[in-house]
Amino acid sequence: MNGAHDMGGMDGFGPVVPEPNEPMFHAQWERRAFAITLAMARPGGWTIDMSRFARENRSPADYLSKSYYQIWLAGLEQLMEERGLVTADEVAAGKPLHPRKDVPLLGAADVAPMLARGGPTERPAPAPARFAVGDRVLAKEMHPQGHTRLPRYVRGRTGVVELVHGAHVFPDSSAASTGEQPQWLYTVTFDGAELWGADAEPGLRVSVDAWESYLESAP
Amino acid sequence: MNNHSETHAHHHHDHDHSELSETELRVRALETILTEKGYVDPVALDLLIETYETKVGPRNGAQVVAKAWSDPAYRARLLEDATAAIAELGYVGRQGEHVVAVENTPAQHNVVVCTLCSCYPWPVLGLPPVWYKSAPYRSRVVKEPRAVLADFGVTLPEGTAIRVWDSTAEIRYLVIPMRPAGTEGWSETQLADLVTRDSMIGTGLARAPAEIAA
Repeated sequence: MNGAHDMGGMDGFGPVVPEPNEPMFHAQWERRAFAITLAMARPGGWTIDMSRFARENRSPADYLSKSYYQIWLAGLEQLMEERGLVTADEVAAGKPLHPRKDVPLLGAADVAPMLARGGPTERPAPAPARFAVGDRVLAKEMHPQGHTRLPRYVRGRTGVVELVHGAHVFPDSSAASTGEQPQWLYTVTFDGAELWGADAEPGLRVSVDAWESYLESAP
Repeated sequence: MNNHSETHAHHHHDHDHSELSETELRVRALETILTEKGYVDPVALDLLIETYETKVGPRNGAQVVAKAWSDPAYRARLLEDATAAIAELGYVGRQGEHVVAVENTPAQHNVVVCTLCSCYPWPVLGLPPVWYKSAPYRSRVVKEPRAVLADFGVTLPEGTAIRVWDSTAEIRYLVIPMRPAGTEGWSETQLADLVTRDSMIGTGLARAPAEIAA
Protein backbone atom coordinates (compact mmCIF):
# COMPACT_ATOMS: atom_id res chain seq x y z
CA MET A 1 0.00 0.00 0.00
CA ASN A 2 1.11 3.57 -0.61
CA GLY A 3 1.18 4.36 3.09
CA ALA A 4 2.97 6.85 5.30
CA HIS A 5 5.46 4.13 6.27
CA ASP A 6 7.02 4.31 2.78
CA MET A 7 9.09 7.37 3.60
CA GLY A 8 12.07 7.33 1.25
CA GLY A 9 12.43 10.73 -0.41
CA MET A 10 9.74 12.57 1.55
CA ASP A 11 10.56 16.09 2.72
CA GLY A 12 9.67 18.17 5.73
CA PHE A 13 10.51 15.92 8.67
CA GLY A 14 13.41 18.07 9.78
CA PRO A 15 16.89 17.08 10.98
CA VAL A 16 17.94 13.71 12.34
CA VAL A 17 18.40 14.13 16.08
CA PRO A 18 20.74 11.53 17.60
CA GLU A 19 20.34 11.12 21.36
CA PRO A 20 23.66 10.81 23.25
CA ASN A 21 23.84 7.76 25.53
CA GLU A 22 20.39 6.71 24.43
CA PRO A 23 18.77 4.07 26.65
CA MET A 24 17.44 0.90 25.00
CA PHE A 25 13.92 1.82 26.13
CA HIS A 26 12.57 5.24 27.08
CA ALA A 27 9.79 4.10 29.40
CA GLN A 28 8.75 1.00 31.26
CA TRP A 29 5.72 0.53 28.98
CA GLU A 30 8.06 0.32 25.96
CA ARG A 31 9.81 -2.67 27.55
CA ARG A 32 6.51 -4.43 28.12
CA ALA A 33 5.16 -3.53 24.65
CA PHE A 34 8.33 -4.90 23.06
CA ALA A 35 8.17 -8.13 25.04
CA ILE A 36 4.46 -8.90 24.58
CA THR A 37 4.81 -8.23 20.84
CA LEU A 38 7.67 -10.72 20.49
CA ALA A 39 6.02 -13.27 22.78
CA MET A 40 2.61 -13.12 21.07
CA ALA A 41 4.02 -14.21 17.71
CA ARG A 42 4.02 -17.81 19.06
CA PRO A 43 0.35 -18.06 20.12
CA GLY A 44 -0.69 -15.66 17.35
CA GLY A 45 1.04 -17.61 14.59
CA TRP A 46 1.35 -14.60 12.31
CA THR A 47 4.28 -14.01 9.96
CA ILE A 48 6.65 -11.04 10.13
CA ASP A 49 5.00 -9.79 6.94
CA MET A 50 1.55 -9.88 8.52
CA SER A 51 2.82 -7.94 11.51
CA ARG A 52 4.49 -5.33 9.28
CA PHE A 53 1.27 -4.86 7.33
CA ALA A 54 -0.75 -4.55 10.54
CA ARG A 55 1.56 -1.71 11.60
CA GLU A 56 1.63 0.18 8.31
CA ASN A 57 -2.02 -0.32 7.29
CA ARG A 58 -3.45 2.82 8.88
CA SER A 59 -4.13 6.42 7.93
CA PRO A 60 -1.05 8.57 7.37
CA ALA A 61 -2.14 10.90 10.17
CA ASP A 62 -2.40 8.00 12.60
CA TYR A 63 0.94 6.48 11.54
CA LEU A 64 2.81 9.76 11.75
CA SER A 65 1.38 10.77 15.13
CA LYS A 66 2.27 7.52 16.89
CA SER A 67 5.67 6.72 18.36
CA TYR A 68 7.45 3.55 17.26
CA TYR A 69 6.21 1.28 20.02
CA GLN A 70 2.73 2.80 19.86
CA ILE A 71 2.63 1.56 16.25
CA TRP A 72 3.78 -1.87 17.42
CA LEU A 73 0.95 -1.91 19.97
CA ALA A 74 -1.67 -0.86 17.44
CA GLY A 75 -0.47 -3.58 15.08
CA LEU A 76 -0.48 -6.19 17.84
CA GLU A 77 -4.00 -5.28 18.92
CA GLN A 78 -5.23 -5.57 15.36
CA LEU A 79 -3.61 -8.98 14.81
CA MET A 80 -5.07 -10.30 18.09
CA GLU A 81 -8.53 -8.89 17.33
CA GLU A 82 -8.57 -10.48 13.85
CA ARG A 83 -7.86 -13.88 15.42
CA GLY A 84 -10.20 -13.46 18.36
CA LEU A 85 -7.33 -13.77 20.82
CA VAL A 86 -8.01 -10.47 22.54
CA THR A 87 -10.98 -8.36 21.52
CA ALA A 88 -11.67 -4.64 21.77
CA ASP A 89 -14.20 -5.08 24.57
CA GLU A 90 -11.59 -6.90 26.63
CA VAL A 91 -9.03 -4.14 26.10
CA ALA A 92 -11.66 -1.58 27.13
CA ALA A 93 -12.56 -3.61 30.23
CA GLY A 94 -8.92 -4.32 31.09
CA LYS A 95 -9.68 -7.99 31.78
CA PRO A 96 -10.59 -11.21 29.95
CA LEU A 97 -14.27 -11.46 28.95
CA HIS A 98 -14.10 -14.41 26.58
CA PRO A 99 -12.61 -17.91 26.82
CA ARG A 100 -8.98 -18.34 25.79
CA LYS A 101 -8.19 -19.91 22.44
CA ASP A 102 -6.22 -23.13 22.41
CA VAL A 103 -2.89 -21.79 21.19
CA PRO A 104 0.76 -22.51 22.10
CA LEU A 105 2.55 -20.39 24.67
CA LEU A 106 6.09 -19.00 24.53
CA GLY A 107 7.46 -20.31 27.80
CA ALA A 108 10.58 -19.01 29.51
CA ALA A 109 12.55 -22.03 28.30
CA ASP A 110 11.49 -21.29 24.72
CA VAL A 111 12.90 -17.75 24.62
CA ALA A 112 16.57 -18.44 23.95
CA PRO A 113 15.95 -21.13 21.30
CA MET A 114 13.35 -18.92 19.61
CA LEU A 115 15.73 -15.96 19.40
CA ALA A 116 18.65 -18.14 18.28
CA ARG A 117 16.59 -19.74 15.53
CA GLY A 118 15.11 -16.46 14.30
CA GLY A 119 13.08 -16.61 11.15
CA PRO A 120 15.25 -17.47 8.16
CA THR A 121 13.43 -16.65 4.93
CA GLU A 122 15.60 -18.43 2.35
CA ARG A 123 13.83 -21.33 0.62
CA PRO A 124 14.62 -23.82 -2.16
CA ALA A 125 14.42 -21.99 -5.47
CA PRO A 126 11.28 -22.84 -7.44
CA ALA A 127 12.99 -22.04 -10.76
CA PRO A 128 16.30 -20.75 -12.10
CA ALA A 129 17.06 -17.09 -11.38
CA ARG A 130 15.87 -14.81 -14.16
CA PHE A 131 18.53 -12.15 -13.54
CA ALA A 132 22.28 -12.22 -12.91
CA VAL A 133 24.75 -9.80 -11.38
CA GLY A 134 25.27 -6.89 -13.77
CA ASP A 135 21.86 -7.13 -15.47
CA ARG A 136 19.96 -3.88 -15.97
CA VAL A 137 16.47 -4.12 -14.49
CA LEU A 138 13.43 -1.87 -14.22
CA ALA A 139 11.58 -1.67 -10.90
CA LYS A 140 7.97 -2.03 -11.98
CA GLU A 141 5.48 0.78 -11.69
CA MET A 142 3.08 -0.96 -9.30
CA HIS A 143 0.70 0.19 -6.59
CA PRO A 144 -0.79 -2.82 -4.79
CA GLN A 145 -3.35 -2.14 -2.06
CA GLY A 146 -1.79 -4.78 0.17
CA HIS A 147 1.66 -5.22 1.66
CA THR A 148 4.66 -4.80 -0.59
CA ARG A 149 8.36 -4.11 -0.04
CA LEU A 150 9.12 -2.18 -3.21
CA PRO A 151 9.43 1.43 -2.06
CA ARG A 152 7.76 4.12 -4.13
CA TYR A 153 10.99 6.02 -4.76
CA VAL A 154 12.40 3.26 -6.99
CA ARG A 155 9.24 2.33 -8.91
CA GLY A 156 9.65 3.02 -12.60
CA ARG A 157 13.43 3.46 -12.20
CA THR A 158 16.21 1.42 -13.78
CA GLY A 159 19.04 -0.10 -11.79
CA VAL A 160 21.65 -2.86 -11.92
CA VAL A 161 21.60 -6.21 -10.13
CA GLU A 162 24.47 -6.14 -7.64
CA LEU A 163 23.81 -9.23 -5.47
CA VAL A 164 21.72 -12.37 -5.87
CA HIS A 165 20.48 -13.70 -2.50
CA GLY A 166 18.74 -16.95 -3.39
CA ALA A 167 14.98 -17.48 -3.16
CA HIS A 168 13.17 -15.93 -0.21
CA VAL A 169 9.63 -15.89 1.20
CA PHE A 170 7.59 -13.37 -0.80
CA PRO A 171 6.26 -10.76 1.65
CA ASP A 172 3.35 -9.66 -0.51
CA SER A 173 1.79 -13.14 -0.39
CA SER A 174 2.96 -13.97 3.12
CA ALA A 175 1.21 -10.86 4.45
CA ALA A 176 -1.95 -11.72 2.53
CA SER A 177 -2.14 -15.27 3.98
CA THR A 178 -1.64 -16.78 0.54
CA GLY A 179 1.57 -18.60 1.42
CA GLU A 180 5.30 -18.16 1.16
CA GLN A 181 5.55 -18.37 -2.67
CA PRO A 182 9.36 -17.97 -2.57
CA GLN A 183 11.00 -15.89 -5.29
CA TRP A 184 14.55 -14.92 -6.17
CA LEU A 185 15.73 -11.87 -4.26
CA TYR A 186 18.21 -9.35 -5.66
CA THR A 187 20.04 -6.26 -4.46
CA VAL A 188 19.36 -3.70 -7.18
CA THR A 189 21.45 -0.51 -7.21
CA PHE A 190 20.31 2.80 -8.68
CA ASP A 191 22.32 5.90 -9.50
CA GLY A 192 21.32 8.93 -7.46
CA ALA A 193 20.42 10.90 -10.58
CA GLU A 194 18.09 8.11 -11.77
CA LEU A 195 16.11 8.45 -8.52
CA TRP A 196 16.35 12.15 -7.75
CA GLY A 197 17.25 13.88 -11.00
CA ALA A 198 19.98 16.35 -11.80
CA ASP A 199 20.07 17.74 -8.24
CA ALA A 200 21.09 14.40 -6.71
CA GLU A 201 24.17 14.43 -4.49
CA PRO A 202 27.16 13.58 -6.75
CA GLY A 203 28.43 10.03 -6.44
CA LEU A 204 25.30 8.72 -4.71
CA ARG A 205 24.11 5.18 -5.31
CA VAL A 206 21.16 3.58 -3.50
CA SER A 207 20.08 -0.04 -3.44
CA VAL A 208 16.93 -1.88 -2.45
CA ASP A 209 16.43 -5.60 -2.05
CA ALA A 210 13.80 -6.58 -4.61
CA TRP A 211 11.96 -9.82 -5.31
CA GLU A 212 11.97 -11.07 -8.88
CA SER A 213 8.33 -10.20 -9.60
CA TYR A 214 9.07 -6.55 -8.74
CA LEU A 215 11.50 -6.39 -11.68
CA GLU A 216 11.56 -6.46 -15.48
CA SER A 217 14.49 -6.67 -17.88
CA ALA A 218 15.68 -3.25 -18.98
CA PRO A 219 17.59 -2.45 -22.16
CA MET B 1 6.27 8.71 13.19
CA ASN B 2 6.46 11.10 16.02
CA ASN B 3 10.03 11.25 17.17
CA HIS B 4 9.25 13.35 20.20
CA SER B 5 6.29 11.43 21.45
CA GLU B 6 4.87 11.13 24.88
CA THR B 7 7.52 8.50 25.53
CA HIS B 8 9.99 11.29 26.07
CA ALA B 9 7.59 13.51 27.92
CA HIS B 10 6.77 10.74 30.34
CA HIS B 11 10.31 9.54 30.68
CA HIS B 12 10.82 12.29 33.19
CA HIS B 13 7.73 11.31 35.16
CA ASP B 14 8.25 7.59 35.55
CA HIS B 15 8.02 7.96 39.31
CA ASP B 16 4.67 9.68 39.17
CA HIS B 17 2.15 6.87 39.04
CA SER B 18 -0.79 9.23 39.37
CA GLU B 19 -0.10 10.47 35.84
CA LEU B 20 -0.08 7.31 33.78
CA SER B 21 -0.56 8.02 30.11
CA GLU B 22 -3.25 6.41 28.03
CA THR B 23 -0.53 4.28 26.42
CA GLU B 24 0.86 3.11 29.75
CA LEU B 25 -2.60 2.13 30.92
CA ARG B 26 -3.30 0.31 27.67
CA VAL B 27 -0.09 -1.70 27.85
CA ARG B 28 -0.85 -2.65 31.45
CA ALA B 29 -4.36 -3.73 30.45
CA LEU B 30 -3.04 -5.78 27.53
CA GLU B 31 -0.40 -7.50 29.64
CA THR B 32 -2.99 -8.30 32.32
CA ILE B 33 -5.37 -9.81 29.78
CA LEU B 34 -2.64 -11.79 28.02
CA THR B 35 -1.29 -13.13 31.30
CA GLU B 36 -4.71 -14.04 32.71
CA LYS B 37 -5.66 -15.75 29.46
CA GLY B 38 -2.44 -17.71 29.55
CA TYR B 39 -1.14 -16.36 26.24
CA VAL B 40 2.10 -14.99 27.69
CA ASP B 41 4.44 -16.15 30.44
CA PRO B 42 5.61 -13.15 32.51
CA VAL B 43 8.98 -14.84 33.05
CA ALA B 44 9.43 -15.12 29.29
CA LEU B 45 8.61 -11.42 28.92
CA ASP B 46 11.25 -10.50 31.49
CA LEU B 47 13.79 -12.70 29.70
CA LEU B 48 13.09 -11.04 26.35
CA ILE B 49 13.63 -7.59 27.85
CA GLU B 50 16.74 -8.64 29.75
CA THR B 51 18.24 -10.19 26.63
CA TYR B 52 18.03 -7.02 24.56
CA GLU B 53 18.65 -4.58 27.38
CA THR B 54 21.77 -6.25 28.76
CA LYS B 55 23.12 -8.99 26.49
CA VAL B 56 22.73 -8.11 22.82
CA GLY B 57 24.21 -4.83 21.62
CA PRO B 58 26.79 -3.08 19.46
CA ARG B 59 29.72 -4.52 21.47
CA ASN B 60 29.00 -7.72 19.54
CA GLY B 61 29.39 -5.97 16.22
CA ALA B 62 32.49 -4.14 17.44
CA GLN B 63 34.16 -7.50 18.07
CA VAL B 64 33.29 -8.63 14.56
CA VAL B 65 34.81 -5.48 13.08
CA ALA B 66 37.92 -5.62 15.28
CA LYS B 67 38.51 -9.22 14.25
CA ALA B 68 38.09 -8.31 10.58
CA TRP B 69 40.66 -5.53 10.99
CA SER B 70 43.11 -7.88 12.68
CA ASP B 71 42.71 -11.11 10.80
CA PRO B 72 42.78 -11.00 6.97
CA ALA B 73 41.38 -14.53 6.70
CA TYR B 74 38.44 -13.61 8.93
CA ARG B 75 37.86 -10.42 6.94
CA ALA B 76 37.71 -12.50 3.75
CA ARG B 77 35.19 -14.90 5.32
CA LEU B 78 33.11 -11.98 6.60
CA LEU B 79 32.92 -10.40 3.16
CA GLU B 80 32.17 -13.78 1.56
CA ASP B 81 29.48 -15.00 4.00
CA ALA B 82 28.86 -12.62 6.88
CA THR B 83 26.12 -14.74 8.47
CA ALA B 84 28.55 -17.64 8.92
CA ALA B 85 31.53 -15.48 9.92
CA ILE B 86 29.46 -13.66 12.56
CA ALA B 87 28.14 -17.01 13.84
CA GLU B 88 31.76 -18.04 14.48
CA LEU B 89 31.72 -15.49 17.31
CA GLY B 90 28.40 -16.82 18.60
CA TYR B 91 26.12 -14.06 17.30
CA VAL B 92 23.14 -15.62 15.55
CA GLY B 93 19.40 -15.50 15.26
CA ARG B 94 16.51 -13.12 15.09
CA GLN B 95 16.99 -10.21 12.66
CA GLY B 96 20.42 -11.53 11.74
CA GLU B 97 19.41 -14.60 9.76
CA HIS B 98 20.94 -13.30 6.50
CA VAL B 99 23.74 -10.76 6.96
CA VAL B 100 25.88 -9.01 4.36
CA ALA B 101 28.98 -7.06 5.47
CA VAL B 102 29.89 -3.99 3.43
CA GLU B 103 33.33 -2.45 3.77
CA ASN B 104 34.13 1.26 3.76
CA THR B 105 37.09 2.38 1.69
CA PRO B 106 38.53 5.78 0.78
CA ALA B 107 36.53 5.47 -2.47
CA GLN B 108 33.17 4.36 -1.02
CA HIS B 109 31.31 4.97 2.24
CA ASN B 110 28.33 2.73 3.06
CA VAL B 111 25.21 3.75 4.97
CA VAL B 112 22.33 1.47 6.01
CA VAL B 113 18.65 2.34 6.39
CA CYS B 114 15.22 0.73 6.34
CA THR B 115 12.93 3.28 4.71
CA LEU B 116 9.84 1.06 5.13
CA CYS B 117 10.12 0.17 8.83
CA SER B 118 13.11 -0.46 11.10
CA CYS B 119 15.09 -3.46 9.81
CA TYR B 120 18.42 -3.65 11.65
CA PRO B 121 20.94 -6.43 12.43
CA TRP B 122 19.92 -7.21 16.02
CA PRO B 123 22.49 -9.92 16.89
CA VAL B 124 25.43 -7.59 16.18
CA LEU B 125 23.95 -4.14 16.95
CA GLY B 126 21.06 -4.78 19.35
CA LEU B 127 17.79 -2.89 18.97
CA PRO B 128 17.91 0.22 16.78
CA PRO B 129 18.12 3.71 18.28
CA VAL B 130 15.11 6.03 17.96
CA TRP B 131 16.73 8.15 15.24
CA TYR B 132 17.21 5.08 13.02
CA LYS B 133 13.45 4.37 13.19
CA SER B 134 12.48 8.03 12.82
CA ALA B 135 10.88 9.76 9.85
CA PRO B 136 13.75 12.24 9.33
CA TYR B 137 16.34 9.48 8.89
CA ARG B 138 14.17 7.13 6.86
CA SER B 139 12.96 9.85 4.50
CA ARG B 140 16.22 11.69 3.92
CA VAL B 141 19.15 9.31 3.97
CA VAL B 142 18.33 7.75 0.58
CA LYS B 143 18.06 11.20 -0.98
CA GLU B 144 20.60 13.42 0.75
CA PRO B 145 22.96 11.23 2.78
CA ARG B 146 25.67 13.88 2.97
CA ALA B 147 23.22 16.26 4.62
CA VAL B 148 22.16 13.51 7.03
CA LEU B 149 25.78 12.72 7.87
CA ALA B 150 26.21 16.41 8.66
CA ASP B 151 23.48 16.00 11.30
CA PHE B 152 25.85 13.47 12.91
CA GLY B 153 28.82 15.81 12.58
CA VAL B 154 30.36 13.66 9.86
CA THR B 155 31.87 15.18 6.71
CA LEU B 156 33.38 12.91 4.07
CA PRO B 157 35.90 13.91 1.42
CA GLU B 158 34.19 15.06 -1.78
CA GLY B 159 35.80 12.23 -3.70
CA THR B 160 34.22 9.55 -1.52
CA ALA B 161 31.12 8.07 -3.15
CA ILE B 162 28.20 7.28 -0.84
CA ARG B 163 26.43 3.98 -1.16
CA VAL B 164 23.10 3.64 0.69
CA TRP B 165 21.66 0.18 1.41
CA ASP B 166 17.87 0.22 1.96
CA SER B 167 17.05 -2.98 3.88
CA THR B 168 13.73 -3.79 2.21
CA ALA B 169 13.96 -7.58 2.64
CA GLU B 170 15.33 -9.90 5.35
CA ILE B 171 18.95 -9.22 4.39
CA ARG B 172 20.68 -7.23 7.14
CA TYR B 173 23.69 -5.05 6.42
CA LEU B 174 26.69 -4.45 8.68
CA VAL B 175 29.12 -1.69 7.75
CA ILE B 176 32.80 -2.38 8.36
CA PRO B 177 34.26 1.06 9.02
CA MET B 178 37.79 1.98 7.96
CA ARG B 179 40.47 1.13 10.52
CA PRO B 180 41.84 4.33 12.02
CA ALA B 181 45.43 5.29 11.42
CA GLY B 182 47.88 4.84 14.26
CA THR B 183 46.48 1.51 15.46
CA GLU B 184 49.17 -0.79 14.11
CA GLY B 185 49.82 -3.67 16.48
CA TRP B 186 46.69 -3.04 18.58
CA SER B 187 44.89 -6.04 20.03
CA GLU B 188 41.33 -6.91 19.00
CA THR B 189 40.14 -5.76 22.43
CA GLN B 190 41.80 -2.37 21.98
CA LEU B 191 40.47 -2.03 18.45
CA ALA B 192 36.92 -2.91 19.49
CA ASP B 193 36.86 0.18 21.71
CA LEU B 194 37.20 2.31 18.58
CA VAL B 195 34.16 0.77 16.87
CA THR B 196 30.99 2.70 17.60
CA ARG B 197 27.43 1.64 16.85
CA ASP B 198 27.02 4.48 14.37
CA SER B 199 30.22 3.49 12.53
CA MET B 200 28.60 0.11 11.82
CA ILE B 201 25.44 1.79 10.46
CA GLY B 202 27.47 4.26 8.42
CA THR B 203 26.36 7.44 10.19
CA GLY B 204 29.67 7.62 12.00
CA LEU B 205 33.34 6.75 11.63
CA ALA B 206 35.47 4.61 13.89
CA ARG B 207 37.02 6.68 16.65
CA ALA B 208 40.62 7.83 16.34
CA PRO B 209 43.09 6.69 19.03
CA ALA B 210 43.26 10.25 20.36
CA GLU B 211 39.49 10.19 21.03
CA ILE B 212 39.78 7.40 23.58
CA ALA B 213 43.05 8.49 25.15
CA ALA B 214 42.54 8.84 28.89
